[in-house]
Amino acid sequence: MSTACISAQRLTRRFGQAGSAELTVFEDVCFSVAEGEFACLIGHSGCGKSTILNILAGLDQASSGHIIAAGKHVEGPSLDRAVIFQGHALLPWLSALGNVELAVSARHPDWTRRRVREHAMRFLELVHLDGAATKKPAELSGGMKQRVGIARALAIEPRMLLMDEPFSALDALTRGALQDEIIALRNANKQTVVMITHDVDEALLLADKILLMTNGPKAWIAEVVENTLPATRSRLDLHKQPDYYPLRNHLMDFLVARSKELAANPQRRGQDLHPVLVRPAGPVSAGNEQTISAAQWPGRGANRHAPDRICAG
Amino acid sequence: MHAPLGLRAALISLLLCIGLLCVWQVGTARVGATVKLDPDYARLMGITVTQGKSAMPGPADVGAKIWQHLKDPFYDRGTNDKGIGIQLLYSIARVLTGYLLAIAAAVPIGFVIGMSPLMARALNPFIQVLKPISPLAWMPLALYTIKDSSLSAIFVIFICSVWPMLLNTAFGVASVRREWLNVAKTLEMSPARTALRVILPAAAPTILTGMRISIGIAWLVIVAAEMLVGGTGIGYFVWNEWNNLSITNVIVAILCIGFVGMLLDQLMAGLLRLVTYAD
Repeated sequence: MSTACISAQRLTRRFGQAGSAELTVFEDVCFSVAEGEFACLIGHSGCGKSTILNILAGLDQASSGHIIAAGKHVEGPSLDRAVIFQGHALLPWLSALGNVELAVSARHPDWTRRRVREHAMRFLELVHLDGAATKKPAELSGGMKQRVGIARALAIEPRMLLMDEPFSALDALTRGALQDEIIALRNANKQTVVMITHDVDEALLLADKILLMTNGPKAWIAEVVENTLPATRSRLDLHKQPDYYPLRNHLMDFLVARSKELAANPQRRGQDLHPVLVRPAGPVSAGNEQTISAAQWPGRGANRHAPDRICAG
Repeated sequence: MHAPLGLRAALISLLLCIGLLCVWQVGTARVGATVKLDPDYARLMGITVTQGKSAMPGPADVGAKIWQHLKDPFYDRGTNDKGIGIQLLYSIARVLTGYLLAIAAAVPIGFVIGMSPLMARALNPFIQVLKPISPLAWMPLALYTIKDSSLSAIFVIFICSVWPMLLNTAFGVASVRREWLNVAKTLEMSPARTALRVILPAAAPTILTGMRISIGIAWLVIVAAEMLVGGTGIGYFVWNEWNNLSITNVIVAILCIGFVGMLLDQLMAGLLRLVTYAD
């Protein structure tokens, strides 16, 4: 495993005044994402997923604990960490090209207008929007807007990409198309990605590992599920992969039952605050019929490994 | 078969206009009793007494007067006899000077108030007390301190147009969407660049709405201010013609004031359209 690109240590966020009105959204959250790894963060609403992402982006501050990204403490936003926002967050008075140009000229203040324009145009072409470059966001469909958001994030060529439920406002067809584009773009650029989603299939399609968060308040990341599906997986054959159902069942079981159970019994959290690494389909993977049948409801029977070593640093 | 809405509206407008002109004509056409007067005395008296005509001019008189003014709007025959065009230009120049000064003050201060909740609270009592003061109430104070009637009129325009712009700028800046500010933050944009590239365009429609309200108020106030300070301007012209008992000229001036006010408003509406964005 390569070195950790993002590492969160005992991250805690409290809202409100110290005292009675205080609300601890999550507590002692630890996780790490390796260089070039794609991590999905899954949990119920209210567990603080978005807050974690905002702290990663530098838009919010943790009450205690810290994040190290690319070897540096996260103290504020950085052009190294691009954010793709849930509500696309395009500036409505600028054209699609203008929105991307704004980001490019922020990254390269010394570039000429022409160079900025060419660079921005290249990234609009990448998301197949070169034909709509002069259109204002209001004239674009939801999927196209999010594409501009993706182009804007990629155009600054960040080391890390942070996505906050980027496709949740889109219809299923558009979402599928954009997921394919994300796969293609990331295969080409190999960024480290942290993405929030509540779609289990989306996580299984895109992520290398899936961070599972318990319910809030005082939520924590309880498990890290390693995605053992082959790297060549696609939307079409995802559900035909032998590991698919064990993985999916494990995630669903966590979301439906265990996220609640764990939140109600915080004492079940180990002394070691790092999440447990889980490989629901078992160490023997792909093509093993037995794995599927043995793991029809594998939530509790899953192989549990030693605590996530990446985070132990 | 219906004509387009615009055409039908124009037709109704035209009919209303004709109707009003007719009422006006009928109302002013009556001839009252005349009094037998000594001819020397009669020369001093107006047409009301000598010919029994109404002192209120009819539409034809006003039309003729307008034509006369339009033929030669910029003549200057001394202090009390200048063309209506010159008077209007004086007023417009005063309004624009005071108005531009107000923009220069209100937009930066509005930015500060909009961006800093602390400053918003600290300045709020001043704004609340100063805003409802009639701009003309400042006039004596302005005349005493500035000691120049024309500059005092400009000051009055400044003080009356500053509030809507200030409050609208503050409101527009304060309600810039957090996600747009977050975009600027993640792009590591400097505060100055964020203000120019994100906050200003985001708040521009609100700011320009404030400016549009302000220009309307400024144009209302200039007439009253010029009646007080005298000398030049359309307000002074109205008062001077009242002293001359030329109701015809007063009516012409009223129409001119309305027309210029409409032009100023349309100008601001055009600018507002330029910066408005669909969201």
